[in-house]
Amino acid sequence: MDILIKNGRVIDPVNKIDRVTGVLISEDRIVKIGNLSEVKTSGEKPKIIDAKNKVVIPGIIDIHTHLREPGHEEEETIATGTRSAAVGGVTSIFCMPNTHPVIDNQTAVEFILLKAKNEGIVNVFPVGAITKGLSGEDLTEIGELKKAGVVSISDDGNPVMDALVMRRALEYAKMFDLSVIAHCEDKNLSEDGVMNESYTSTLLGLRGIPNESEDVMVARDIILSALTGGHLHIAHVSTKGSVELIRQAKRNKIPVSCEACPHHFTLTDEMVKTYDTNTKVNPPLRTEEDVREIIKGLQDGTIDCIASDHAPHTEEEKNKEYDLAPFGIVGLETLLPLTITYLVKTKKLSLMAAITKLTSNPKKIFKLDSGTLTPGSKADITIIDINVERVIKDFVSKSKNSPFLGKKLQGFAVMTIVNGKIIMDNGKILSD
Amino acid sequence: MRLKNKDLLGLEYLSKEEIELILKTAVPFKELFTRSIKKVPTLRGKTVVLLFYEPSTRTRISFELAAKRLSADTVNISASGSSVEKGESLIDTGKTLEAMKADFVVIRHSMSGASHVLARNINPSVINAGDGSHEHPTQGLLDIFTINEKKGTVKGLKVVIIGDIAHSRVARSNIWGLTKLGAEVVVCGPSTLIPRDIEKTGAKVCYNLDFALKNADVVNVLRIQLERQKTKRLPSLREYNLLFGMTKEKLKLAKPDVIIMHPGPMNRGIEITSNVADGAQSVIDEQVTNGIAVRMAVLYLLAGGKSSPES
Repeated sequence: MDILIKNGRVIDPVNKIDRVTGVLISEDRIVKIGNLSEVKTSGEKPKIIDAKNKVVIPGIIDIHTHLREPGHEEEETIATGTRSAAVGGVTSIFCMPNTHPVIDNQTAVEFILLKAKNEGIVNVFPVGAITKGLSGEDLTEIGELKKAGVVSISDDGNPVMDALVMRRALEYAKMFDLSVIAHCEDKNLSEDGVMNESYTSTLLGLRGIPNESEDVMVARDIILSALTGGHLHIAHVSTKGSVELIRQAKRNKIPVSCEACPHHFTLTDEMVKTYDTNTKVNPPLRTEEDVREIIKGLQDGTIDCIASDHAPHTEEEKNKEYDLAPFGIVGLETLLPLTITYLVKTKKLSLMAAITKLTSNPKKIFKLDSGTLTPGSKADITIIDINVERVIKDFVSKSKNSPFLGKKLQGFAVMTIVNGKIIMDNGKILSD
Repeated sequence: MRLKNKDLLGLEYLSKEEIELILKTAVPFKELFTRSIKKVPTLRGKTVVLLFYEPSTRTRISFELAAKRLSADTVNISASGSSVEKGESLIDTGKTLEAMKADFVVIRHSMSGASHVLARNINPSVINAGDGSHEHPTQGLLDIFTINEKKGTVKGLKVVIIGDIAHSRVARSNIWGLTKLGAEVVVCGPSTLIPRDIEKTGAKVCYNLDFALKNADVVNVLRIQLERQKTKRLPSLREYNLLFGMTKEKLKLAKPDVIIMHPGPMNRGIEITSNVADGAQSVIDEQVTNGIAVRMAVLYLLAGGKSSPES
C-alpha cells in the first residue's frame, strides 16, 4: 500500500531540504517529496500519516552496534536488537563482528544476513573482521567477505596492535573499496585499565586508561592511511587529542572519517564515583575538556557521524565489582534523544547538522542505499517529535545496562518506516 | 552526635566532625585494655561477620577482638574454604549473610569499590577493611589516633607517607583523614608509583626522600607490595631500597621527635630497616593496639551509639 506523510517538517541533508512538505512512498521506494495534491497514486487510496509538528527524516543509520548473535543471545539477538533499533528510530544498523564465533568468514556473514531477513525488522549491515578470530595476526578473506555482504571491516573491541597488519589491511581493503573501521587503543598503554586515567581514577583506586592510549593509535592509523591511501574510519572517538589529530588529517586530505558516541559528548568520568558499572565502557568516559572538544569536533565537521556503540550486557554480568564487569552500554534507544537533548536543544548543533551525522554522512562514507529521501531510493524513514519529553525507564533491548536510566530526555522517534513498511508507531512494534 | 551513614566505606565520605567523633569515642575503649576484664556488654546480641577475600593477619584479628570486646558474636569467612571457591558472587555471599541476620559485614577485598557493591546490595552495616587500591578507613583512623595520642594534635603537623602510593589504600585513607584535620601531607615515592593528579587531594608530592623528610613530624612507611611489581614500575627492589628505604641515617633528617609508623606487614630490609622499625621512635606496635580501640569505636557508633559510651 502507498503511504503519504503530510504536513511534516521534512529534512533531507542530501538534497538540502528543510521545509514543511509531504513524502509519498510506494511499495518499498520513495516516490516524491513535495506538494502532493497533483500526484497520482497507484489506484487505491494511500494511507495518510499526519506529521504535523513532527520532523520527517531519512531513517537513522547507526554504524556501530553489537547484536551479540551468535554467541551471546542472553544479552541480545538480531530479533531483539533490531526491535530496539526500531523503537529508537533507527532503520539501519551495522553489527560488529566480535561475536562467538567471530564474523570472519563468508558463512558467518551469510548467517547474520539470513537471521536478519527472517527475524530482524530493520536493515542489518554486517561488518566483517579485519583479522581471523580478531587475533590481530592474519587478514581475513576480505574479498570473500565483501562478496558475502559486509559493508566494512573492523576488529572492533580490539585494536590491530601490529602496525604492519594494519598497513596490509588498509592496502588490501582499498582494492575492494572498503573502509577499515579502527578501534584505536594501545593495549600496552591501557594496561588492563577499567576507567579513564584521571584524578577520579586516582581517588577510586581503579586502574586508568590514559587518553594517550587512544591518541597514539589514532596518530598511527592516520599515518598508515596516508601511506596506503586506504580509507580509515575511526570508531568511538573519546579524547581531545584524537579530535585534534583527525582535524589535522582531514586538513591534509588524508582519507579519514570518524564517529562519536552520545555518552562521550554527554558524560564525564566523575560518574564512575559510585562504582556504578553502567558507567564502564570502552573507550571510557573522559573529562569535561574532552567532552568540549568532541562537541567542537561535531560542530566543525571533524566528527562525521554519531553512533551508539550499543553494547548489551545482562544484569548478572554488570552487577558486580567494577573490575569484573564487562565494558559496554546499550544505546540504540537513546541515540536520537541524547543527540536532540544535548546537541540540538542546547543549540550546539542545528537539527540539519545532527540529522546529517545520523543519516547522510554514514550513507556517504559507507556508500549505502539508505540515508536520503531522494525519489527512487529505499523508503527508510523516521518521524520524530523533537519536543516530547520522557524519563528513560526501560528498554526494548534485552539488556538494560545504561547510565541514562532515570534521566529525562527530549526528542524521540514516533514512527519508523523500513522498506516502505511501518514497523514502529508510537513506541509499539507493529510487525509482531 | 552520630555517624550519618550505615556503612563505613572510606574517609573521603566522612566529615571532619565524624572523624573527630570516632577518635574521641576510641579513647575510653583504649582505657579498657588496661583493665583485667577487657570487655563491655555494649554490642551483646549483635553479629559481626568478617568477610575476607584477601589474606590478612592484623586487620582481621583486630576487628575480631574489637567485636568480642564489645560482646558481639563474630564469624569468620575467608575466600578459601567457602562458597566463594565455588564461584559464588560477592552479592550472593552478602545476601546470604543478610539472610542469616548479620548486623555488620566487615569486608576485605582485592578490588576497589567492592565494599560499595556490597553496601548497595545488603542492609547490614558494611565496614570496608580495605578494598583494592581504594581505601582502608579504619587503618587511616588508627594512624590518626596514634598521631593524636603522641603529638596531642594533627593540625599543622608534617606527615610524610613513603612508598607505593598508586596501589595504596592506606595512603588514600590517610590523605583524606589527615588533610581534613589540617595536617600537611607529603607523599614520597618513585614517580611510577605516584598516581595522576594526587596533588588535587591537597597532598604534596616529592620524589626525593631527603627533601621530603625535612621537618617531618610523622613518617608513615608503606609496604612495598611485592605482588604488584610485575607491572615493571620499578627496575629493582635494590634500587628502591637505595632511593626510598627508611634507615637510621635518613631518620636524622626529620625532626628529633619524629615518630615512625608502618601499617604492616613489613618487608624488613626493603622499605624499612629493623633498627628503625624497632627503634625508640617507632610507634608500630602502638598502632596495632590502637587499631582495636578505633574499630570498637566504629562498631559502636555504626550500631547507633552516641559519643562517649561511658556516659
